[in-house]
Formats: sequence, structure tokens, C-alpha cells
Amino acid sequence: MRKDLRVESRSWEMVSTTLFFAVSCVLVFSFAFVRGGQPVDGAAAGILWIAVAFSGTLALGPTFDRERHHDALRGLLLAPVERSAIFLGKFMGVVLLMTAVELVVAVLVALLFQAPQITQNPWIAVLLMLGNVGFAAVGTLFAAMLVRTRSRSVLLPILLYPITLPALIAGVMGTAALLQAEPNLDLARMWAALLLCFDVVFTTLALWTFEPVMTE
Amino acid sequence: MPPRPVPPFDFDRVTAARLSRHYGRRRALSGVSTTLNAGELVGLLGPNGAGKSTLLGLLATLIQPSAGSVLYGDRPGAEAGVELRARLGFLSHELQLYGELTARENLEFCAGLHGLDDGAGRAGAALDRAGLAHRADDLVQGFSRGMRQRLALERTLLHDPRLVLLDEPFTGLDESAGRALAARLCALGRDQRIVLLATHDLEAVEGLLDRVLMLREGRLMELPLGDAPLRERYRAALTFAGAPAAG
Repeated sequence: MRKDLRVESRSWEMVSTTLFFAVSCVLVFSFAFVRGGQPVDGAAAGILWIAVAFSGTLALGPTFDRERHHDALRGLLLAPVERSAIFLGKFMGVVLLMTAVELVVAVLVALLFQAPQITQNPWIAVLLMLGNVGFAAVGTLFAAMLVRTRSRSVLLPILLYPITLPALIAGVMGTAALLQAEPNLDLARMWAALLLCFDVVFTTLALWTFEPVMTE
Repeated sequence: MPPRPVPPFDFDRVTAARLSRHYGRRRALSGVSTTLNAGELVGLLGPNGAGKSTLLGLLATLIQPSAGSVLYGDRPGAEAGVELRARLGFLSHELQLYGELTARENLEFCAGLHGLDDGAGRAGAALDRAGLAHRADDLVQGFSRGMRQRLALERTLLHDPRLVLLDEPFTGLDESAGRALAARLCALGRDQRIVLLATHDLEAVEGLLDRVLMLREGRLMELPLGDAPLRERYRAALTFAGAPAAG
């Protein structure tokens, strides 16, 4: 992960494209769902998570690209470390990038959709973090599976969204419960618990299947 | 967090036993058996698509065999895992370098992956050996093919591997760098490494190899010893096997 951060600090390629895309996404939605200064009821939660999912997909695409160039992936796979450590490094990089993007997107959604609770309620941060983990675990595994595939940029969202849909729905529903006039903390906790289950199941599966997936 | 040091595991021979690899209906390797011993410099020749890279990938544990097995000493590769990878060095035709990192950072990254002590010191010494000390802090993407080849070779040997697998190591090297590589390979042999190198550059390895293996259509044969130049022996073997001479 340190190597990826060093490379990223020289180009800011992934951070800038992901952030630009997420901000554009929120701005476009704000034109559609804010009329006369009043946002459509319940839109903020959905838009926050759509921005997270779309920008997350954008961040996942190039995760293994640097390893694909000049076959550096083989060099990594030959390292005397458990192959799951390679997965964890990439996974943590994606979580870090998604979290950085969410910090900006959450403030923007709170401002444009008049939902200050997004930046004030710690349970929304918990939901977003849990969502990040599940999304990044599934996405990192699929990005690794597709690294040798020619049409990986098309296949990644096709594979990723059906699997991560429960996590995205839980995120939207949990966030919406907290953005109501009377926040429903119990309901939000239930959705957070569901997200936690999703994270545990899919992170374990990804760690378990990464080695056979990477062996030709 | 740096990787934990890997427990030592060593071996003095690598044995491939009836090794086969199929890609769908295509047979890349078919029943390959051979033993590579410590201190041996073994050449692997063959036309394009003969299965050389597949064999190197199998010996490097990057590819699973469809049938057969590889033993490192007495241990199957699947059992040795991490310990075995600490003793493998593989230079593939693609050089496995990060263009966005400097030469020094590439070597230090590799030293970190292998949990080596004094990664910076080892990287500095490797840069000297590669003749790249003056370009140590330049991004690799600005290097010529020959410079990258020298750097990649040093990265491959940074952790003193027992089994050294080299795929076209002479590509892009000028005459003096080629001579330096030949001297380095001889030193590896004297140091009891097991070296298998796939090449088409027969002149560069003339007189260098202890044994020469030839792959054709996935089948392995050993080139007979003789006084004739390697290219002539190779052509004769290919003609005998019924293929047009290549390389």
C-alpha cells in the first residue's frame, strides 16, 4: 500500500479523477432534485450512496492496473508473503481512497440537500465506513479476477453491482432513517448490523479465494 | 509493517516429473521430465510458442500444472509455499518493474517484500552492479530497455535466490552489458545456484551453458553435447524434430 501511495502522491491520478467524478455526480443530481431551494424528500441518502458507489467503481478499476503493466503482478505474487497480504494492501488502499472522497462528498451533499445531519451524526460515518469495507472487499477481489481480462472495465460494474446491491440498499436505508425529521436510530443500527454481516462474509470470502484466483 | 522473515528452506535440485499444462485443448507442455542441479547453468531453447515461458512459470509456482509435479529438493512446490518463494528468482520477458518508481525505489520495494535487512544498502550495491548508480533516483519509465533489463536482473537476484529462472535475459543488452551478464551467470553457477535461462540469443550463451534443453510443441529433449556451435546443434535438433529452424 505504501508503494501505491507513493506512486499516487506523484500523479494524484486516482484521487483527482474519483473526486472529480463524485463531485460532478452530486452537482448534477442537485440540479435535478433541488427545486426552488427545497430538495426532494429522501433524495440526499440515495444521492450520497450513488456518488459513493460510482466513484468507488472508478477507484477500483485501476487498482491492479499498475501491477498489470510490465507484469509487475507476477513479481508481487512471487514475494514470500501470504497472497492474502497483497489483497489486504490493495483493499486498504481502496478503502482509504473511498473514505477521502466521502469526506468531500458528504459535506457537499449536506450543503446542497440541506441535510446537515450527514456531517453531524456519527452513525452516518459508521454506515459509510461499513459500506466502504464491503464494497472494497468485493470490488478488490473482482478487480484482481479481471486483471488479465481485456474487457475488465465493462465487466467490473456488471459483476460488482449485483453482489454489492444489498450493501448499497442497507447504506441508503440506514442513512435515510437518520435523515428523517425524527431520526430512527434503531432502524439505522439494524441496517448497520446488516452491513457488518455483509462485510464479514465478503471480506472472509475474498481473503479465502484470492490465492486460487491469482494462480494461473 | 515489514513482512516477517521467512524460515530458511533450501534445496539442491529441482525435479519436474511428467509435467503437463493444457490451455483448453491446446497442450503447452506435455509430459516434461527433467532435473536441474545446483551449480548448473541450463539453457532452454525452442521456437516461439514451444512452451518455454509456461515451463518457467510452472517452475516459479505461478502456474499450476494440469498433470505432474515439481519437487524442490524433496518437497512439492504446493507444500513449500512462502518458504519456497523466498528462494525463487524469476526474470520474465516483461520486466516486472514499476515505471512510476525510481530504480532505487523499485529495489527497495523488492527488498521490503522479501523482508531483507538493510534494504537500502542492498539496493545501493545492486545499483552499482547494474551500472545504474548515477540514475538511481530517476524514474524507471525513462530508462532504455537495456537499462531496465539490467535493473530487473538485479531485482531478481536481490534476495540471493537458489533457483534463478531467466526468460530472455540478453534482450536489449549491448555488447559490454551482455558480457557482464554472462560473467554474472557464471558466478551464479559457481555459487551453487540452479540457473535455467530461456533464450533465442544463441551466440550470447555459446560456451556458457552446462546443459541445453530444447522444447518443441510442449515436449522436452536434451541437446546432445558436441564441438559444433550451439546454433548448428540447435538447427540440427530442430530439423530432426521436423520443425523449421527459428531463433
